[in-house]
Amino acid sequence: MFHFGGASCNNCDIEILDCLTPRYDIERFGMMLVGTIRHADVLLVNGSINQKDKIRLLELYHQAPKPILVVAIGACGCTGGIFAEGNTFAGPVDKIIPVDAYIPGCPPKPEAIISGIVKLINKS
Amino acid sequence: MVKDLLYYLVFPGFLFTAIVGGFFSWIDRKVTAWLQFRKGPPLLQPFYDFFKLLLVKETILPAKGSKMTFLLAPVLGLAGATVSGMMILLPAFGLKPGFSGDIIVIFYMLTIPSLTYIIGALAAGNPLASVGASREMKLVISYELTFLLVVAAIIMKAGNAIGIGDILAVQAETGPFAGSISGILLFIALIFCIQAKLGMVPFDAPEAETEINHGSFIEYSGSAYSLIRLTKYMMLFILPAFMCTVLLGGIRIDGIHLAWSVLKILGILLLIILIRNTNPRVRIDQAMRFFFIWMNLLVIAATILSHFNL
Repeated sequence: MFHFGGASCNNCDIEILDCLTPRYDIERFGMMLVGTIRHADVLLVNGSINQKDKIRLLELYHQAPKPILVVAIGACGCTGGIFAEGNTFAGPVDKIIPVDAYIPGCPPKPEAIISGIVKLINKS
Repeated sequence: MVKDLLYYLVFPGFLFTAIVGGFFSWIDRKVTAWLQFRKGPPLLQPFYDFFKLLLVKETILPAKGSKMTFLLAPVLGLAGATVSGMMILLPAFGLKPGFSGDIIVIFYMLTIPSLTYIIGALAAGNPLASVGASREMKLVISYELTFLLVVAAIIMKAGNAIGIGDILAVQAETGPFAGSISGILLFIALIFCIQAKLGMVPFDAPEAETEINHGSFIEYSGSAYSLIRLTKYMMLFILPAFMCTVLLGGIRIDGIHLAWSVLKILGILLLIILIRNTNPRVRIDQAMRFFFIWMNLLVIAATILSHFNL
């Protein structure tokens, strides 16, 4: 999985990092954080996507080897949250690229993130 | 002819080393997880990873690079790993005696995977990949001399025998080489060489995930990357097996000796994993200094000691 942070308030980022710690350990399900999108199967997107992020996110999505699963994390990624009416807001993630799973919350708890990802594993 | 092909493709060649290497990679990830008080991945995870990359994922070619070289490099690396594995394991298992001088050919064959990583990374046309390739090159330059000196010292200890089979015969007579002072020094030098050859943590500057995003492998995806992963799995088995053969008295597959051989190889693997998990990544110039000065001095000392039969 590859982690793309949009204009996030870093709260979701911290919760995502929590999933990698010994307490939650998502390597139990065989998941690892990779450094490049070319090795990734899952693209995690969090934070509100503004006009500049949109270009990067699209570029990243086109660089990814298909099939790739996109997970929108947090209220901002899923719907826009409190930024939904903002000036620079470029739409929630699913307006830009197809999203496979939504994990709402501000921020979502690590348990919620793991539960969403396990549902994704069982689906695919 | 058919038998040779079977040796090459099934046992102890390609298929056997690949499967054992996959399990070794699982052991590596699992022990790492235990050391960090985690639970670790399921048993078949390396194989899931490999088949997912090979069959499902798309292979992306670099737009501004040499596509042919980019795709051929992993295939050649896999071939190099297979050949070196077979040349080590055939005499080690006692299936077929090696030819005279095969340890020198093995030395060259073991370099081929690292060489193809460099070539593939340079063909990718990515700046981070070329940084990774240049670091890999420096690493190869630094550890190859030590590795060659270790091989030379082993040849000297075996009374100028230059075949794996002869070295094993000498060890069967006089006991494993690692039982002497010079043998222990050689063991230390060789384990660091193996660490660098595998690209594991103290010497993983060429593929540093956190600074240059997998360096040499940054542009690889899909089936090309799956071949690189397979090469890495195989090397994880072949290099400990090589070490076991030349220093610890070989591998035997008859009766109770099998358990003892498995323990020896697993012990080496465990040592590699522990080094990987208890050390930080060294800078490439530090790695070069480490090998050029300290490891070479160590091996030269071992060579002098072995001259006096110590």
